[in-house]
Amino acid sequence: MEIPKIVGAGLVIIGTGIGIGLIGRGAMDAIGRQPDASNKILVAAIVIAALVEGIAFAALFAVN
Amino acid sequence: MMYTKSRSFFLLLILLSASFTHAKEEEKTQTIQEEITEYIYHHVQDSHDFSLFSTKDEETGKKKYYGFPLPVILIDEGIKIFMSSKLDHGKKVVESSGKFYKLDHGKIYETNSEGYISYNDDGKITNAMPLDLSITKSVFSIFLVSLLMFFLFTSLAKSYKENNLIAKGAGRFFEPIVILIRDEIAIPSIGEEKHKRYMAFLLTVFFFIWFLNLLGLSPLGVNVTGNIAVTFGLALITFLITNLTANKTYWKHIFWMPGVPVWLKPLLAPIELLGVFIKPFSLMIRLYANILAGHIVLYSLIGLIFIFKNLVGSSLSLVLVFFISMIEILVALLQAYIFTLLSALYFGFAVQEEDH
Repeated sequence: MEIPKIVGAGLVIIGTGIGIGLIGRGAMDAIGRQPDASNKILVAAIVIAALVEGIAFAALFAVN
Repeated sequence: MMYTKSRSFFLLLILLSASFTHAKEEEKTQTIQEEITEYIYHHVQDSHDFSLFSTKDEETGKKKYYGFPLPVILIDEGIKIFMSSKLDHGKKVVESSGKFYKLDHGKIYETNSEGYISYNDDGKITNAMPLDLSITKSVFSIFLVSLLMFFLFTSLAKSYKENNLIAKGAGRFFEPIVILIRDEIAIPSIGEEKHKRYMAFLLTVFFFIWFLNLLGLSPLGVNVTGNIAVTFGLALITFLITNLTANKTYWKHIFWMPGVPVWLKPLLAPIELLGVFIKPFSLMIRLYANILAGHIVLYSLIGLIFIFKNLVGSSLSLVLVFFISMIEILVALLQAYIFTLLSALYFGFAVQEEDH
């Protein structure tokens, strides 16, 4: 049986979701430890989240 | 044995009939779904006229559009200009100095006087296409935002001059944003002494993307930053600025990476060279995909109202649309911020001095 493409995209999106969740957790932990550096941490977290997010979109558009 | 056989046959019959009725029902909802899908695709694509909404005549089944036409500019043995109202959403054939044009699914094709469109075996249109430089909906929106930005920021600059460099009116809103881009984006990523050169581009691209994103969320229903051609243009400018202003250290890091073993250097060069193109490519895809996905999600949720057609589903859809809209307002700002931030980082790589 052939697995539909959309299932693969769903798996990729689950993966990126976990990834972004871990980034958020890491950022929150880091801010908890170093509240003064929250600006720098947030910027770095947003950049990495944006990079991870790109993979999810690539998967979504590969399906279409 | 007989009993089980007849029972299984009976079960099969029930299953079949159930699946049959199910299929019938699905066919009915499919038409609504197809209609919604068509609407969404129509929305996310660029169009030759600015239609705000359309109504369907129940008796004749004809669609009536409300909006205004935009000029169509074609280059096909000379420049041809006419208003898009002549095309009438693909229903009419336009004659322009001996040639006939027809609109089909948002694209203009050259046809004969009857508007005949020929298809090949794959269902693709084989008619010739003239070079289309029309002022489309997206182009019109870009002009609108550019004009808005021009008048807004020149008047702000003037007001700063008149008020001894103190913000006034709209400047009180925009000054913190400009300061944020300078102090949080440009200076940390490019450096204190070189950031000034790039500030103009960073500010322009930030406000341009932000305003266009917000315009896309307005009921005008334009989808400019969710158009890959627009984001390609923006990413191309970043790419050109990065590579044209790059210094020797940048190119050295690409072709002959310092600090790694010699046998690794030729292996790293193609990867680094690929990275030069991947960076603006990811900029393009990120902005395009985020905005497009946001628009599609919003439209799909609005479409749920017409699929459910009851109070519970519609209210649920309304609540969801409200919250997704709130998130999209945040995303509009966030994507503009990320585009600016990543552009600044790339510029920073390009002008970094060799001192580490």
